[in-house]
Order: sequence, then structure tokens, then C-alpha cells
Amino acid sequence: MTDFDYAPALESRSIVTIESEYGHFINGEFVKGANHFPTINPSNEEVLSQISLGGAQDIDRAVASARVAFESTWSKMPGKERGKYLYRIARIMQERSREFAVLESLDNGKPIRESRDIDIPLACAHFFYHAGWADKLEFAGVGSSPRPLGVAGQIIPWNFPLLMLAWKIAPALAAGNTVVLKPAETTSLTALLFAQVCQQAELPAGVVNIVTGDGRTGSALVDHPGIDKIAFTGSTQVGKAIARAIAPTKKKATLELGGKAANIVFDDAPVDECVEGIVNGIFFNQGHVCCAGSRLIVQESIAEEIVSQLKVRMSKIRVGDPLDKNTDLGAINSAEQLSKITALTKSGEDEGAMRWSPECALPKKGFWFAPTVFTGVTQAHRIAQEEIFGPVLSVLTFRTPQEAIEKANNTPYGLSAGVWSEKGSRIHWASQQLKAGVIWANTFNKFDPTSPFGGYKESGWGREGGSHGLTAYLKSAEEGGNNE
Amino acid sequence: MEFYGLVDGTEISLRKFLQTLSGVDQIGAEARAAMLATRSIKTSAKNWAIDLAISMVDLTTLEGADTPGKVRALCNKAVRPDSTDSSVPSVGAICVYNDMVAIAREHLDSIGGSHVPVAAVSTAFPSGRASMAVKIQDTQDALDAGATEIDMVIDRGAFLSGQFQVVFDEIAKIRTLCGTKAHLKVILETGELVTYDNVRTASFIAMLAGADFIKTSTGKVSPAATPPVVLVMLEAVRDFHQLTNHKIGVKAAGGIRTTKDAIKQLVLVNETVGSQWLSPSLFRIGASALLNDLLMQRMKARDGFYPSPSYVSID
Amino acid sequence: MSDRIEVKKTYKLFIGGAFPRSESGRTYEVNDHKGDFLANPALASRKDLRDAVVIARTAHISWAKATAYNRGQILYRIAEMLEGRADQFASEISALDGISVKEALKEVHLSVDRLVWYAGWSDKLSALVGATNPVSGPYFNFSIPEPMGVVGAIATEKNSLLGFIDAIAPIIVSGNSVIVLASERAPLPAMSFAEVLATSDLPPGVCNILTGSKSELAPWFASHMDIDGLDITGVEHDLRADVKVAGAENLKRIHSFADGQSPARILSFMEVKTTWHPIGV
Repeated sequence: MTDFDYAPALESRSIVTIESEYGHFINGEFVKGANHFPTINPSNEEVLSQISLGGAQDIDRAVASARVAFESTWSKMPGKERGKYLYRIARIMQERSREFAVLESLDNGKPIRESRDIDIPLACAHFFYHAGWADKLEFAGVGSSPRPLGVAGQIIPWNFPLLMLAWKIAPALAAGNTVVLKPAETTSLTALLFAQVCQQAELPAGVVNIVTGDGRTGSALVDHPGIDKIAFTGSTQVGKAIARAIAPTKKKATLELGGKAANIVFDDAPVDECVEGIVNGIFFNQGHVCCAGSRLIVQESIAEEIVSQLKVRMSKIRVGDPLDKNTDLGAINSAEQLSKITALTKSGEDEGAMRWSPECALPKKGFWFAPTVFTGVTQAHRIAQEEIFGPVLSVLTFRTPQEAIEKANNTPYGLSAGVWSEKGSRIHWASQQLKAGVIWANTFNKFDPTSPFGGYKESGWGREGGSHGLTAYLKSAEEGGNNE
Repeated sequence: MEFYGLVDGTEISLRKFLQTLSGVDQIGAEARAAMLATRSIKTSAKNWAIDLAISMVDLTTLEGADTPGKVRALCNKAVRPDSTDSSVPSVGAICVYNDMVAIAREHLDSIGGSHVPVAAVSTAFPSGRASMAVKIQDTQDALDAGATEIDMVIDRGAFLSGQFQVVFDEIAKIRTLCGTKAHLKVILETGELVTYDNVRTASFIAMLAGADFIKTSTGKVSPAATPPVVLVMLEAVRDFHQLTNHKIGVKAAGGIRTTKDAIKQLVLVNETVGSQWLSPSLFRIGASALLNDLLMQRMKARDGFYPSPSYVSID
Repeated sequence: MSDRIEVKKTYKLFIGGAFPRSESGRTYEVNDHKGDFLANPALASRKDLRDAVVIARTAHISWAKATAYNRGQILYRIAEMLEGRADQFASEISALDGISVKEALKEVHLSVDRLVWYAGWSDKLSALVGATNPVSGPYFNFSIPEPMGVVGAIATEKNSLLGFIDAIAPIIVSGNSVIVLASERAPLPAMSFAEVLATSDLPPGVCNILTGSKSELAPWFASHMDIDGLDITGVEHDLRADVKVAGAENLKRIHSFADGQSPARILSFMEVKTTWHPIGV
């Protein structure tokens, strides 16, 4: 009897063409940039390309072109025509979806199975969904003739590069706004490919502008007086900085920040599916997920069984080359993130929690972290309070349902939560008690363009998806003219 | 220890045990099976899997029109699936109705196939709607004729009306009858049980009562061995092994027509119960058309170009 | 000018994704605006309608289970296919209505955009009429709109293509299946539309197209006990009362609509289901 070793099943890279160097996408054209820095493949540290560090001037040009496009073209265009541009974009993205998936995995480090089956299809779906709103804004709940806000400055993170781009750009455009988007420093490539799609869709120049760079580029965008609305997804720390920066202005903002979600397991949970949900909750996307179920809060009477099944399941997680179709857990996105994860994980050990990982052969080059679970964790531990943003699960226990809720809510965050039970009324009760913007019952990490996403408390402001997300890009006719 | 020391043969004891089983979430189970279906099994892994799958096939004919001629042809195919390539393994077993067992056994022995067991379906297969006396006679006839594997059906009517002890007792009786002469596969007929909760419960009833294998279907009802159903049964087998240290086999029968389908099943086994079950002694695939698809895929791997059905024998 | 003889189209019914002739073998003559012969479309019988209803009922079951996203995409693809055939439809409308092809093209473009408008509703209806209801008690109470099943439609005589789109798209976008009786005067665009449907990904049987006599068939639509709803926009005002009386036998949901797009056309052929579930530990 030999083991069933899966042979390497690599998705081919040849579908993707990466330029040696990129500039920005402003006013419908690719323009040269400056101050290039390398973007690497985190699974092997190979340099993929050189990305421009956008400066104040680049931001200025981009905002100006977005403003002109807004005033002269986009805000005047009937909704049904705007919608048809968005449909074109959705269709072209669908056509080029394999190309996007491979590029995303190369640039981000996530497994091709996830980029192919989740990231890219969801991104396409977001454009499709919002295309259908463009000519129906009078039904969105902002009065009978809602207006766009103007020019939106959008800053997105590195964990779901193309998907976060879709979450930002699709509703903004559907509502009649134009955008300047700054992708994350380590993951700009799919945004730049998206710019090509905008060209193929013949999107009017200036409606979408993409300026690459780092935190300073983002700041320049936030501070620019020509921006009416800011949409940011990233760390709570930066979110607070943005809130302070725009306080004296009239700029509107939505923020989608961090989380430390509780995944609550009651003793009547469907065990196998629950274990799968726990694994999905914290190891999907290497745990680089704001809504990750990073705290397993399990009823004490069933804790041993769940943890033991969880460890068995974790031993089957395949860590490896993101382009291998059988990889479950890919690379950590950057050296910086890896050292944060390492440091916090060490604190868990130092503070007395018990650490366990399955045996894992980690590649020598690249940034890797084995799936890890800590048992014996309590709310007083750093690893129960601070967002690790990595494949590290903390396990706490509870005795009564009320205690589970109290522990779950005992955090400044409030983005998401999970509840596992076969009893419907208990699920509804828990959902009512939990202070979280997204609650998954008997499932986890499910996303849909129709389903609003966003958090309570320090997990941010506002929602994305559904009519709730759309209205963040609109104002009622009574609210006055643009930029007032 | 009788019934592994987990139940004592009384209804109350069985009910108590069954109540300790956790439920199955339909959507979650189907999602897990779907994720495992994305595994990409190529090159050396695929070749290994094809040969393993061939050795796990219970080559089956269960038609009213079966004749000695048909059964003998099946036996020839079972022993030498590809007459042009002796490296192809023989199948896991032959599966026929009990009145064909003697013919099959005799013919297999005469063509160098004495290593291929004959499995007989039993207990008023496929419906199971007959008296216990008939079911016992059905089984005894097969055993007397030389069957070393008995594929019995459970009483689904009894199961669905909540008479779990009736289901349990029938299995236990047939298990006793088989003794050391034959291993017992218990067909749950998952298509009629419908819910995954029922499949899990029926799996445990069968294992507690003495099944050596639990089997998905008779092949006469659709849906049959869908990936989520097999997944749920493998999880039951895994849990049972954790409780008793005893390994029960699983047979997936019905609806597995292509190499791709078969490999998906092997992946399910591998990632649920582990590689110890990747052997004909613990996993079987009940099929007829599948064998030729496996042979064609094998040819493609060997020759490097796509074959035609003209190059595999129809029986 | 070439002497080439044109291969003229035979217009047949569209039922279950196939193009059968009427089981009655009958046809009727359709002329262009000058009175010249254009085609012999099928004169559908009550048996054609009967067969279409059986097929539509089966098709509805899986169509209703498709995700809203999937249905929206399919309607969008229907629009894509229609856009590709714009010239074909424009020349048919031009011949029937006596307007220029350029004018006729306007109706075709409006029709494509109308389809796109309806397509975008598939996953937004809940935003409009779905709700969670704050009942006085510890219950989670939610209302969701659902398609009703098989809906019949008698298309208007105006705007042989646009009016036809207004008849079928709002019915099917929510998951219903439809049997539509095309404009009696100008059935050709509706029949050609069958080609558009056959090349989209719409499952067979979701949209079935009959041509024929309104006065003959409307009563059969009205009285059929396995039709759940009926759009009678194309029925003359003085005949509507009779239709409603016949439809009362199974309490058919019968509606007529003014020109133009409206979510009411979609919602009129949906039901709302409200569920209560206790909230408690």
C-alpha cells in the first residue's frame, strides 16, 4: 500500500504577459511612471516587474482627468449606457478570467484554485450586478433622482487585489462617479491588466484611473481636494488616520478595516462540515482575510472532539506552489507580513498557549507559514485580541450560549462572526446578539455582490455590496450640487 | 466483543447510540465534495490511480436477461480486461445474481481467474421487499454456490418508518449466516434514503450490525454514488475506526462511468479516511461501463494519443 | 442586380426549444404594409397551447432554481444575440409597419436596451420587495418574492418587437416560464426572436412562442387550469372581462400593462412568501 501522491499539476504561466515595467493608467492611457520598485512573486521571491511609485503630480493628473470625465461625460451619460459599459467590462473579465487568475496567484501568492474559483468569478459577478443598477438608481432607496458624489478616491489592499478593485469600482461607476484607484504596493498587476479591459471595453477616458504606489501615494489621494469620496479597505490603523485627515473636509468615506472574528461552535454542530468551516474560516487565502474566523470559540463539552478532528483535517492541508492546482495554502504575501505573523505567533507561545502545526515541508525560497492552531487560549492573550492576518487559529472555550456571545463581542472589532448549530432558533438568537456586520451560520467566508459586507465598531464604516453599498456612492437630489 | 461493545442488540441501546451521532449539513458536505473534485490528478499519479481503480472494479451484470453466456463473457473480461496488454490488472470481483454464481465461479477457475472473487447480490435485491425466510434462502444459495462476497440490501421501508432495530437485526442475521465463508457488503440504497443524515445513520446501523463493507446503491435507483454521499459514508467509516479501531470498507456503486469519476472517488478516500483504504480490500467501485473508459485512458497514457472504443472489447 | 433566388424562411412555432409546425397543420397569411405576401406563420391550435403548458411547467422547475445571477446573465446574452441580428429585425419591422429601416432600427435598439434593463433586475427584486419584518415577538420574519410558475402572455399589436420583449422578459427574469401569443398582425419579429432564444443559453421550454388567432386562443389561455398568471395587454378592452371570468376558475393572476418598462411587470407575476422562525437559545 503506497500513498496517493498527487503529481505536480501546474497551471501554465504562458497565458500571462507581464511587462518588465509599468507606469500608471490615466485618462484612458498607459503613461510612463518614475521611481520604480520591484514587485515579486512571494512564493519564490522572483521579480515579476517594476512598478511606479506614484507621486503627488501623478495623483493630481489622475484626479483632474477623473474630474473632467465626470463633468463632461460620465455624469451626463444616461444610466443605461453606463450600465452597458459595465456589462462589457464584466464580459471581458469573464473571457480573460484564466489570465487574471494566473496573474493574481503569481503576484499575491494565493493558490490558483482560489483565484480561479473564487476571486475572479466574484469580481466578474460584482461588475455584472452593478451594471444592472446603473439604469435603476431611482429604486436604490435614495429618492427618485439620486446623484453621484463626483470623483472617488479608492485605496485597496493586497489580500484580494482584483476582487477589492471590483468591490470599489463597480458601484462607483454604476452610480455615475469616476474613480482614481490606488492598488496595494505588493499587488498592482491585476489592476493594471484591468486597465487593459477598460480600454477593450472602450470606457471613456478618465472614468477609471489607476495610480500605483505605496502608503504615501494613498495619502496624497486621500488629501487631494478634488476628491469627493474615499473608499478604503485596509488596516484599522490607517482607517483611523484617514478619518482624522478628512475630518475638516466635506469628503465622505467608507472604510473596511480589520477584524478578529469569533467562530462559535455549539455542541450540536454538524461536526465534519463545521471542521471544514473552521479550516476555511482561517486558512482560506492564508488567513489574509479581514473577516477570517481567527477565534474558534467552541462549547467546552465538544471541544476535545472538534480540536482533534481539526488537527486530522489540518494534516491534509497541502502547502505549496500557488500555481499547482492541488495547493490549498499558498505563500504569505510579503516578508513584512511574515515577520508580523511570526512575532504574534511567538507571543502566543510566550503567553502560555499551546501551539500545534501539522508536519509541513515548506519551500526554502519565498515567504511561508505552516497552518497553526493554538489551544488553551483566553481573551487575555494577545493572539485572541490582535489581528494576526495569517494562518493562525486561536481556540477558546465557552460553557453557556451567553458566555459565547460575550466572548465573541469582547473586541473592538466587529466585522464578522460564525455560528455552528443544527438548531435554527439558536442561530437566529446568536445572530441577533452578535455585534458583527456579517454573520455566517453553518458556513463561512461566503461573499456575493448582493450581500452587504462591512463591520461594526473599529471594523469600519459603511457596507459594500447590495443596495446598501451602492447608496454610499449616491446622494439625494435634495442634498445639493456637487462638491458642496 | 459483540457489536464492538457499543450496543447490546436491544432497540433502546441502538437508539441511544444513534442519538450520539452528529448531523450532516447538506450544503457543507456538498461543498467539501465539490472542492475535492477540483483535485487535478496527472501523469504518474493518474497512471497509478487508473490501475488501482481497475483493480477495485466489481464488474457487474444484474439484468433479468443474464444468461450463462453473458456471465462467462464478463468473467473473461474480468480476468483479462485488455487482451492485448497483459500488464492490465484484473478487476476486484465479479458481481452477479445468486443463480449465476456457480457458473461464474466455475468459469473463472477454468481461465486462470481463481483469484477473482464472486460477489452475489442478496436479500431480495434490489427492493428488499420479501420475508426474512426468503432473504436467508437467497443468501444461503449464493454461499452454497461459491460466492465469497454477499452484497445485501437493507430494508429501506423499515428504515424510513423508523424501525432501526429491524434493519439492524436483518443485517446481523445475514452476517451470522456468512460466517467466515464470505464478507458482507450492506447496500444502503442512498438514493431512497435521500438525506445525508439518513445515510450517516444507516451507515452506522450497518457497521454496528457487522457489515464488512457499506455500499451506496443497487445501481437500479438514481441518484446513486454521488461524491457527497460517498464522502458522508467515508466519514462514517473514519469515525467508526476511531471508535473501534476496526476498518470497514466502502463500495461506491452506480453512476460512476468515467475515469474522471473514478479518480474523484479515490481522492475522496485519500483525503477522508486515508491511503490505507486505497486497496480493493477496503474500497470497491461497482460498475460496468467504467472499465472500458479506464482502459482507454490507460491506452492514452501509454501511447500518447487518443484511442477509439473499437480498440477495447465490449465484453 | 443579380438573378439569385432568395431562400425564404419558413416561420414555425417555438416550443420546448424546438421549431414544430402547428399540430393542426394550419397556417395564416401575413402581408407587409402594402398588402404584399410576406409569410405563412403557423395558426396555433389549443392543443399546441396545451403541449406548450406541459413543457413550460417542467422547464419552470429548474429555471426557478437557477441563481438570480445566472438568469440575469442569460437575459443579457439574449440581448447580445438580439444586438447581433439587429438588421434582420429592422427589415422585418420595416416591411410590416411601412417605416424606414433606419426608423425600425430605433425600435430594435430600444428592444436590446429594454432586455438589458430587465436582465439587471434578476438579483435586485429582493431589494425592492423582499423584507425582514419587525413583528411583535421573538421571531425572525422574512418575506421573499418568488416566481409563480407558468405565465401566459398575449402580446400587444403595437411595436411588434419592443412590445413582445415587454411581454416575455419581465415574466422570465424572475424564474417563471412563459407561453406568449405573438402579435397577430405582425408575428414575424416574435418568430425570429425564437432564433435569438435558441442561440442564447435560455433553457428550452422557458419561453414558448405561438402565432395565430387571438380570438381563438385567448379563451384557452384564460381557462387553462395549469397556467398561473396571464398578461392580457394584447387583448382588446371589450374582451378583457370575458377573459377574467374564465380565468377566475383557478384564480389566475391576470394583469394588463401600459407601454414602457416597469418593475411592476415583473412583480405582478411573483408571489411573496413570508416565513416565521423563533429566536431563542
